[in-house]
Amino acid sequence: MKHEWPLWEIFIRGQHGMSHRHVGSLHAPDAEMAIKNARDVYTRRNEGVSIWVVQAADITASSPSDKGPLYEPSESKVYRHPTFFDIPEDVGHM
Amino acid sequence: MTKDDALFQFLLRMGDNTLILGHRVSEWCGHSPVLEEDIALANTALDMIGQTQLWLGLAGEVEGNGRSADDLAFLRDAWDFRNVLLTELPNGDFGQTLMRQFLFDAFQSVMLNWLQDSSNTRIAEIAEKASKEVSYHLERSGDTVIGLGDGTEESHAKMQAALDYLWPYVGEMFDGDAVDAVLAKEGIAPDPAELRPEFDAIVGAVLAEATLTVPDSPFVHKGGRDGRMHTEHLGHLLTQMQWLQRAYPGATW
Repeated sequence: MKHEWPLWEIFIRGQHGMSHRHVGSLHAPDAEMAIKNARDVYTRRNEGVSIWVVQAADITASSPSDKGPLYEPSESKVYRHPTFFDIPEDVGHM
Repeated sequence: MTKDDALFQFLLRMGDNTLILGHRVSEWCGHSPVLEEDIALANTALDMIGQTQLWLGLAGEVEGNGRSADDLAFLRDAWDFRNVLLTELPNGDFGQTLMRQFLFDAFQSVMLNWLQDSSNTRIAEIAEKASKEVSYHLERSGDTVIGLGDGTEESHAKMQAALDYLWPYVGEMFDGDAVDAVLAKEGIAPDPAELRPEFDAIVGAVLAEATLTVPDSPFVHKGGRDGRMHTEHLGHLLTQMQWLQRAYPGATW
């Protein structure tokens, strides 16, 4: 396995003003080639104006087994949703 | 030779270079060493086929006999092709393919750079469109030549062997003739010899970084761009590329 190129996660900004979104992953020997490969794999149909690449090994992810303590406490905290306020008509759609 | 005769020959040279090399590179589709390179090479091949449509389309207009780009691509025989020999050589290994691509990209980028200021506006427009694609091709093939040349002992040896094999085909790209002289006088296309210093600068910088050595031999294979004598490889390529139109004349997608 040591001869495999590292895995890179690819983020593409579709239009100016939008945020970069994760589109997939690919292999490349270094960051510059990862950008070139991303250009060829993920922007063939005019999908992007900017590319970010991050080595997958550099991403720290939450663990699925922690989902109880991490996410369940917020389920019962309905007051965190701003649905209890009366919005004046003049404000319009928020 | 009239100006239109020379222009037709020049446009065939441009279009046949990208057609034949585009077909060669497309042969890698589904066979590349890694998926990412497979897609990248297919993109490059398609870019070159797209450029071919522009060059050969204009060639057909200039000729004035009603031949379309498709007619010129699929219904001519080997002796009517005007591509340089470099573009018809077999792919060899992946390194040889990328070395051939790099040498052609370097030439093509310098050529298109000149043609963007051509006195013929149709040519200048095609050159401007194609040069964006070719800048990327050159960056990619150049980086790969550096990566493999300055890589492992094995990859270095393969890239040096590829350069030794391909270098004698470089000179033909800069070997001007009467066609070039007519067009150079009109400011339509360059005397190719004029492009050599810029090519040598691009190639020299990349090969030095790739720790590769340019062979010390002045020998030049030629006969492609004037159609005098192609290699045996072109006929085999055409049987693959043209068989459908030959077997089913007029078939459409």
